[in-house]
Amino acid sequence: MDIGLGHYLAVAAALFTIGVFGIFVNRKNVIILLMSIELVLLSVNVNLVAFSTHLGNIEGQIFAMLVLTVAAAEAAVGLAILVTYFRNRGDIAVEDLNLMKG
Amino acid sequence: MAEAIAFYALAAIAVISAFCVIAARNPVHSVLFLILTFFTAAGLFVLMGAEFLAMLLVVVYVGAVAVLFLFVVMMLDVDFVELKQGFLSYAPLGGLVALALLAELILVASAVQLEGAGRPAIVSGAPTNAEQIGAVLYTQYFLLFQLSGLVLFVAMIGAIVLTLRSREGVRKQDVSRQVGRNPKKAVELKDVSPGQGLG
Repeated sequence: MDIGLGHYLAVAAALFTIGVFGIFVNRKNVIILLMSIELVLLSVNVNLVAFSTHLGNIEGQIFAMLVLTVAAAEAAVGLAILVTYFRNRGDIAVEDLNLMKG
Repeated sequence: MAEAIAFYALAAIAVISAFCVIAARNPVHSVLFLILTFFTAAGLFVLMGAEFLAMLLVVVYVGAVAVLFLFVVMMLDVDFVELKQGFLSYAPLGGLVALALLAELILVASAVQLEGAGRPAIVSGAPTNAEQIGAVLYTQYFLLFQLSGLVLFVAMIGAIVLTLRSREGVRKQDVSRQVGRNPKKAVELKDVSPGQGLG
């Protein structure tokens, strides 16, 4: 049995779907939302690396590194916003985030 | 054969722990499952022959991002049980969207017939994965490399600016005042006459 590109794409698809599902079901908990986004970005990375090794082209892994960078930056800024929001409001429920609705 | 066993084990653990991330009641457990997912993904990267990126994944995600998540989860004093409510009411819609998405992704993946070069054979003396990445990253993609450093820099400053606050009534060290002290300001000489004190 040979493990090919399709197998890795299937895993990445499953991870991506779980990430999107997590965004849908955890409407209240911002921390889990951020973790779901991390899952989505991880599945993108798996795809990039799978194609990179399958095609014998190293550039996919370069872009996977860039995605990693952006994911780290996004997590840092997201959690900082979360901490600030918690200081101001005392809770982190996203559903009540309608102060700017007018 | 060993590769197949390793792949299926890692893939199963990755998918199951990813699901546990979004389904766990305790957010601390979610973060720990996230770490497990990243570890298994790193294992998948090693299987694919991208060792450098696998190690990078462990260092960046497990070492930095997951610890950051853990820190924030433990720092925030939130009733997480209450936040978990509504999981079931959103599950049907979310499940529908997720199923449609998965079907689309699998359709696309199965429809694409790729004529690739295949996995390059590992020859002794060939450049390692890290060497290959370095040869391209520091030449052709040098600007992108610098730009990603800039992104991290801006994110760092943003996170500091967002979370920095100056509170009243906190005793802090004021270096300029310390340095600015001199004997004239700090010391007062009194001529105390015997038996009377300062009065």
